Amino acid sequence: MKRFEFVIEWALFLCALLSIGTTIGIIVVLAVETFAFLREVPITDFLFGTDWTPLFATPSFGVLPLVAGTILVSAIAMAVALPMGLLSAIYLSEYAPAGVRRVIKPILEILAGVPTVVYGYFALLFVTPILQRFIPGLAGFNALGPGIVMGIMILPLVSSLSEDAMQGVPRGLREGAYALGATRMQTSLSVVLPAAFSGITAAFILAASRAIGETMIVAIAAGQQPRLTLNPLVPVETMTAYIVQVSLGDTPQGTLEYRTIFAVGMLLFLGTFALNLVSAWLRERYREVYA
Amino acid sequence: MKRRLLDLGFQALALLILLLALGSLAALIADVWSDGASRLSWSFMTGFPSRRAADAGIYHALTGSVFVILVTGALAVPIGVASAIYLEEYGTRSLVARIIEINITNLAAVPSIIYGLLGLGLFVRAMGMGRSVLAGASTLALLVLPVVILATREALRAVPPSIREGSYALGATKWQTVWFQVLPVALPGILTGMILALSRAIGETAPLISIGALTFVAFAPDGLWSPFTVLPIQIFNWVSRPQVEFQANAAAGILVLLALLLTMNAAAIWLRDRYQKKLS
Repeated sequence: MKRFEFVIEWALFLCALLSIGTTIGIIVVLAVETFAFLREVPITDFLFGTDWTPLFATPSFGVLPLVAGTILVSAIAMAVALPMGLLSAIYLSEYAPAGVRRVIKPILEILAGVPTVVYGYFALLFVTPILQRFIPGLAGFNALGPGIVMGIMILPLVSSLSEDAMQGVPRGLREGAYALGATRMQTSLSVVLPAAFSGITAAFILAASRAIGETMIVAIAAGQQPRLTLNPLVPVETMTAYIVQVSLGDTPQGTLEYRTIFAVGMLLFLGTFALNLVSAWLRERYREVYA
Repeated sequence: MKRRLLDLGFQALALLILLLALGSLAALIADVWSDGASRLSWSFMTGFPSRRAADAGIYHALTGSVFVILVTGALAVPIGVASAIYLEEYGTRSLVARIIEINITNLAAVPSIIYGLLGLGLFVRAMGMGRSVLAGASTLALLVLPVVILATREALRAVPPSIREGSYALGATKWQTVWFQVLPVALPGILTGMILALSRAIGETAPLISIGALTFVAFAPDGLWSPFTVLPIQIFNWVSRPQVEFQANAAAGILVLLALLLTMNAAAIWLRDRYQKKLS
C-alpha cells in the first residue's frame, strides 16, 4: 500500500518535470543548431548585418532586416491594441454594469480564440484592400494591414489583463476619490490607472511578446521580402515569417540554410523570453503591494 | 457641469472603442461568410485537393485535423492532469514545485513557432518520427500542456477541502482521496480546460508548418506514422494562391474551422455552467 503511494507520487512528479524538460529541450535544440550556424557565420555579421539573403548564390546573413520587419509590424499592432485595449478595460472595469460585462467578456474571449490563420486571411483580403482605397501607395503585401489586424488579435489580452489589474485596486482608493467629488473619468485616469500601473505595464509587455512571436498573420499578409525599412506601406518579412518560408521549402538537414531558422528562432526565443520575465516580475510586484 | 460632460464623453469614447473591437469580429465573420458560403457543399466536405479550385475539398485536411487533435489530447491530457495533481495536491510547498510553476507560466508565453522548431529538432529529426501524425501531435501536446495544467489546477483548487478531510478521516490514503474523491468533483472543470486546450491546438498552423507537415497531401492519414495535413494548413495553402477561386475555398475552409471551434467552445461553456450549478 505504502509502496504503491510512493510509486504514484513519483510518477506524478515525473509528469510535472516534463515541463522543465520542454524548456530544456527548446534551449538545447535551438542552441545546438545556432552554434553550428555561428561557426560558419561570425556573430557580428549575423546580429549587425543589414542584408538578409540566405537563399542567394552569395548569401548574406545580416538579421537586422528581419528584426526591423518584426519590430515594425509589432509596433503597429501595439499602437492599435494599447489604446483600444486600455480604454476597453477602463470601460469594463469602471463603467460597465454587470449585465454588459457578462455579454461583452465572452465575445472578447471569442476574439482571442479565432485561429491566427483566419486573421491572416482577414488582413490580406479584407483590411488591406480597404486601406488601399485610402492610401494609394499601399502594396498588396505590407506591414500596415497585418499590423492592424494583429492589434485586434492581441486587444483581448491587453484588455483582460489590464482589467484584472484595475480590479485589484482596493475599493477604498476609488471611494476616496469619489468623496472628494471626482468624476468616474477623473477617478479612472488619476487614481485607478496609476495604482494599477505595474499590472497594466505587465499586460503591455506580454502583449508585445505575443505580437513579436505571432506568425501566420504576417506570413500571409506582410510578404516575404526582408528589407531594412520602417515604411509600413511596402512588403517586409518578420523573423517568424522567415521560419515559415524556409519550412515550406524542402530544406535538407545540416545545411546552413536549415540552421538559419534555428538561429532566427533562438533570437526570437530570447527576445520573447526576456519580455515574459519582465512581465511576470511586474505582475508579482503589484500583487505584493495590494495583497 | 463641464466635468460631467467630459466624463460622459469619455464613457462614450470608451464604449465606442469597445464596440469597434467587437464590430471587427462581426466584419471578419461577415467577410468570410460572403466569400466562402457559396463554396460550402457536401462535395467540398468529402473532396480531396485538386488543381481545379471548384473540385477541391477538405476531407483529407479535416480528418487530419481530427486525428491529430485526438492524439494530442491523448498525450497532453493525462500528462497535464498528472502534473497539476502533483503541483496542487502533493508538492505544494517544495522549491521544485515553485520552479515548475514559474516555468509553466513562462512556457505558456513562448511563441508557438518555437515549439515547431523544438518538434522539428526533437521529434522529427532526433527521435526519427519523420513528418508524421505522431510528431505533429507530440509537438502540439507540448504546446497545450501549460493550458491543461493551469485549467486542471484551477479545477482542483475549487474542490472544497472538506471533501479531502472527510476522505482522510475515513482512513483513505492520499492517492485514494485524489482518485476517488477529488478527481470526480473536479472532472467537469478538467474537461472544460481540455476542450479549451484542444480548441487552441486545432487552430494552430505555424508549429505544424515548421515541423514540415505537408501543404499538399492527397489522402487522409491512416495511422500514427502517416504524413498528414490539417485544416489550417490547407487554408493557408489556399489563401497564399493568387486565384480568387482558391481564396473562396480558403474562406469556406475557415467557415468549417470556425464551426468546429464554436461547437467545442459551446461544449466547454455548457460543462462550465453545469459545474457551477452543481457546486452552488
